[in-house]
Amino acid sequence: MIDGLMASETAAAAPPVDYWSMLFVFVLATFIGLGVIRRVSRLLYTPLMSLTNAISAIAVVGSLVVAGADYPVTIRVLGAVALFASMTNIVSGFMITNRMLKMFKKQ
Amino acid sequence: MTRSIAELAAVLAAALFIFALYWMNDPKTARNGVIAGVTGMTLAILATWIQPEIVHHGWVVLAIAAGFAVGVPLSRVPLTAVPQRTALSHAFGGLAAGLVGTAEYLLGVEAHPAELTAFRMSALVAEVILGFLTFTGSLMAAAKLQEVKWIPQRPVTYPGQNFVNIGVLVVAVALGALVAANPTASWSGTAFHAIVALSILFGVLLIIPIGGADMPTVISILNSYAGLSAVAMGFVLNSKLLVTAGALDGSSGLILSIIMCRAMNRSFTNVLFGAFGTVQKAVTTGEQKTWKQESVEGAAQLLEQASLVVIIPGYGMAVAQAQHKVRELYDQLTKRGVTVKFAIHPVAGRMPGHMNVLLAEADVPYTALVEMDEINPEMPQCDVAMVIGANDVVNPAARYVKGSPIYGMPIIDADKARTVLAIKRSKKPGFAGIDNELYVQDNTWMLFGDATAVLGDLVKQFGSGGLH
Repeated sequence: MIDGLMASETAAAAPPVDYWSMLFVFVLATFIGLGVIRRVSRLLYTPLMSLTNAISAIAVVGSLVVAGADYPVTIRVLGAVALFASMTNIVSGFMITNRMLKMFKKQ
Repeated sequence: MTRSIAELAAVLAAALFIFALYWMNDPKTARNGVIAGVTGMTLAILATWIQPEIVHHGWVVLAIAAGFAVGVPLSRVPLTAVPQRTALSHAFGGLAAGLVGTAEYLLGVEAHPAELTAFRMSALVAEVILGFLTFTGSLMAAAKLQEVKWIPQRPVTYPGQNFVNIGVLVVAVALGALVAANPTASWSGTAFHAIVALSILFGVLLIIPIGGADMPTVISILNSYAGLSAVAMGFVLNSKLLVTAGALDGSSGLILSIIMCRAMNRSFTNVLFGAFGTVQKAVTTGEQKTWKQESVEGAAQLLEQASLVVIIPGYGMAVAQAQHKVRELYDQLTKRGVTVKFAIHPVAGRMPGHMNVLLAEADVPYTALVEMDEINPEMPQCDVAMVIGANDVVNPAARYVKGSPIYGMPIIDADKARTVLAIKRSKKPGFAGIDNELYVQDNTWMLFGDATAVLGDLVKQFGSGGLH
């Protein structure tokens, strides 16, 4: 998952990245996204936005490696700020989505 | 071993994210989506954390704790501030992508120049440009929505603005292409920093000409950019999970942008480069009609005698925090056997779905919230159309005044109702600066004042038993 990032000397050499399969995943995921999002209830567009925002904060896995691996301090500072930013989105995104969805009642 | 756990967690998380969005198709199942999302996210974080290369656990714990410290209060903002919070979260997403991209580049140059292939560098440059422009663009949007004092709310334009904006972006992309081709040249580091600076500048310039009525579209576009920057990050880090999650976010932003643009009859480029709201041509009507004011008592009587009342809320309702009073009026009327529906225009408010959330907060059942396309055929049977703080979305000029900035925009046909009651804060024209002829129609009655105060008085009329 994070092969491109291997820095420690002990780790095996990163396998060459297969960009075609990445592109493949991107195209398929976009189609799934378009298909699923088109069905989302129009009532829920605001919570949808906060939910997708929290989900795309999965960038946290990249930030976590940059912040926590044995890199020079300047790099780790960049990583830690990125980790903070992603984590803020995860926490506030999921919590506010839940808070808003609780309000939608039928009667 | 830990590698396989990470891969398995990534697959599970991707599936859970797709389910999370799938469950959003109905308010009844939507909360499962949050559970799925949280589960997927937790799995992915833990699986990454246990990897052997993570050695500075203190840093990770500290950053995560700081994320909670800021994230929890951000999730408790009043619902009228949700557009700002959303813009701010796009900014954080962009910032994370930009910073990780920068870190990856610096690392690559220092330790693994061989890994900076042309493809990876292109993805990296895209990540940095998209990340930083989303960061400052969204910060600007959030500041405009929050009405921060030193940032002008009105669109700011100057001659040659589009030329300057596009120029900045073109230079950034051209430098990016150069750096991608020569990642380790002696000048590449400087050029890379220039790309960062230009992207930060471009984000600011992009939002300067944007006004409040365009915010629903702009927030959706920024949402899409934030998703795309996550995709680019996925390419750089070789993470299929990141690519998938970013693509889901990107396509969501794209669909919302398209819906918002359609609801305003405008194109992407027109929103981003058109500076809506600055074109305030004095619409000279032949005869100057004036509005008729109605008393609260008269309005209450009109409402009580109606059998179908359609309430059309707009940004003014959010500003006045009037949603709770609206609910009280809804209760009073339904108790008396009046059917009350809410007509929701897709761009009412400052972000997609804004009105729905505010009314849901006030406990209005979501079954009473009706889309524009569904309500319009019913409007001729509607006894009273009650406009609360909405303006452009009910302006009949959108149908035929060719020079008007809102020409061609689909509107809620309030003017076709038997009677129109409009609550308006002041006698000034709306956001787009256009006169609204709905207010001077023969069957329109105006109620001037703060929406909360006017609605409060109306509800009192029903409560005091003065009406039978």
